[in-house]
Amino acid sequence: MIKAVNITKDFGANTVLKDISTTINHGEVVAIIGPSGSGKSTFLRCLNLLEEPTSGNIFINDKKITDKKIDKLAIRKNIGMVFQHFHLFPHMTVLENVAYAPQKVKKLSKTEAESIANKLLDKVGLTDKVAAYPNRLSGGQKQRVAIARALAMEPEIMLFDEPTSALDPEMVKEVLDVMKDLVDTGMTMVIVTHEMNFAKEVADKVLFLADGVLVEEGRPQEFFNHPKTERAQDFLAKVL
Amino acid sequence: MNLDFSQIVPYIPFMIEGIWVTLGFVFVSILIGLILGIILALFKITKSKLLIGVADVYTSIFRGTPLILQLMIIYFAIPQLTGYDIGAFVSAIMAFGLNSAAYVSEIIRAGIMAVDRGQIEAAEALGVSYRPMMQNIILPQAVKNILPALMNEFITLTKESAIVSTIGYLDLMRRAQIVGADIYRNFEPLLFVGAIYWVMVFVLTKLGKAAERRLRQSD
Ligand SMILES: Nc1ncnc2c1ncn2[C@@H]1O[C@H](COP(=O)(O)OP(=O)(O)OP(=O)(O)O)[C@@H](O)[C@H]1O
Ligand SMILES: [Mg+2]
Repeated sequence: MIKAVNITKDFGANTVLKDISTTINHGEVVAIIGPSGSGKSTFLRCLNLLEEPTSGNIFINDKKITDKKIDKLAIRKNIGMVFQHFHLFPHMTVLENVAYAPQKVKKLSKTEAESIANKLLDKVGLTDKVAAYPNRLSGGQKQRVAIARALAMEPEIMLFDEPTSALDPEMVKEVLDVMKDLVDTGMTMVIVTHEMNFAKEVADKVLFLADGVLVEEGRPQEFFNHPKTERAQDFLAKVL
Repeated sequence: MNLDFSQIVPYIPFMIEGIWVTLGFVFVSILIGLILGIILALFKITKSKLLIGVADVYTSIFRGTPLILQLMIIYFAIPQLTGYDIGAFVSAIMAFGLNSAAYVSEIIRAGIMAVDRGQIEAAEALGVSYRPMMQNIILPQAVKNILPALMNEFITLTKESAIVSTIGYLDLMRRAQIVGADIYRNFEPLLFVGAIYWVMVFVLTKLGKAAERRLRQSD
């Protein structure tokens, strides 16, 4: 369970998150949507401490991760993250990309790590690419490797920051399909996305951010069909 | 114009020996520059203001003054201060090593900074700690940025090494001057060692290109 309490984030004089509070339950799939620059990525990145909130607290399974003395790396082991631009390690093969963290962080043997990696790469449909370097892959393939890489740490929570925004349209589906499989496993997922149909279909809850404020929060049915605020109505009118 | 290379023939072994003298002290200087440069670069990428300050002041001094001045200070001023004569070789490797470290540290720092920030974030998000992240993820990528510039620095150092002739160190350059004084002809010995410098730089360039090509294989 993730609990954010009064999260505020400043970049210099610029306040990009304003007093955001929300709870994400175990096994829930949450879609974060909102206009560009509204603070979606920043909020997501606070959840694994890639950004430190200026004030407010975040609890994961009742553990206060915003505590000054917290071991950030230990927290991150349990939270996978998938980036818009993949950030695969270009000098490692696909298999090495996926097997790296289990070896270095969890101290698994190479054989164990590679066996986990092979299984995951099979799940995301990339068995034939294990020996390839990332620059030989299409965007959709890269993102599937990135998902496998994050899953190899067997995290309890997965964060996605616009995982399909950098992809050519014909590759969006293959990535969303992998994510849907993940939803079916009961993974807790927080997804920043512009794919409204996907959000409608898989999310248990939608968070709508605008100008750093959590303007609306609710079930996708309600939110998409009956947005309460004018801000959300405007936004949906533009994107739907 | 009458060139007469026959007169320098007896001096050729003497000049050729200069190759090893030059290469020897250039090699030691590069080694010092590389080790110290790596340490300074590591200072520069820490979060410690003190370490960054030390490294930046160091770099600024050694890049901001003429190399020949640094050489003179080490060769003439240190003995004057300490009463201890450190000799031409030690002066030469100190001046070139310390000077090169400043440039090398900048090259390494820039090479590390040029690695996509997303790589650090990806590693951090996986829970990878600083050391393995640097060793396995950042540095292998930084090396590709660093190597060509580093090769240039070594080439520059090899050529600039000729100024140690000013403190009487018997390098290639100095030997050409001695031969010139001996036979009252300067052009031939200078041309001769000039060709040698050119060949050395040519070989270094080729070695650098080969190393670069090997590194690019994963691209
Ligand atoms: N490291 C940073 N330093 C300074 N300002 C930043 C930094 N990161 C983000 N910002 C600013 O914070 C605001 C929110 O950015 P953020 O990336 O969270 O928005 P977003 O909702 O994810 O937008 P997009 O849909 O374009 O990805 C923006 O105004 C951005 O310029
Ligand atoms: Mg964003």
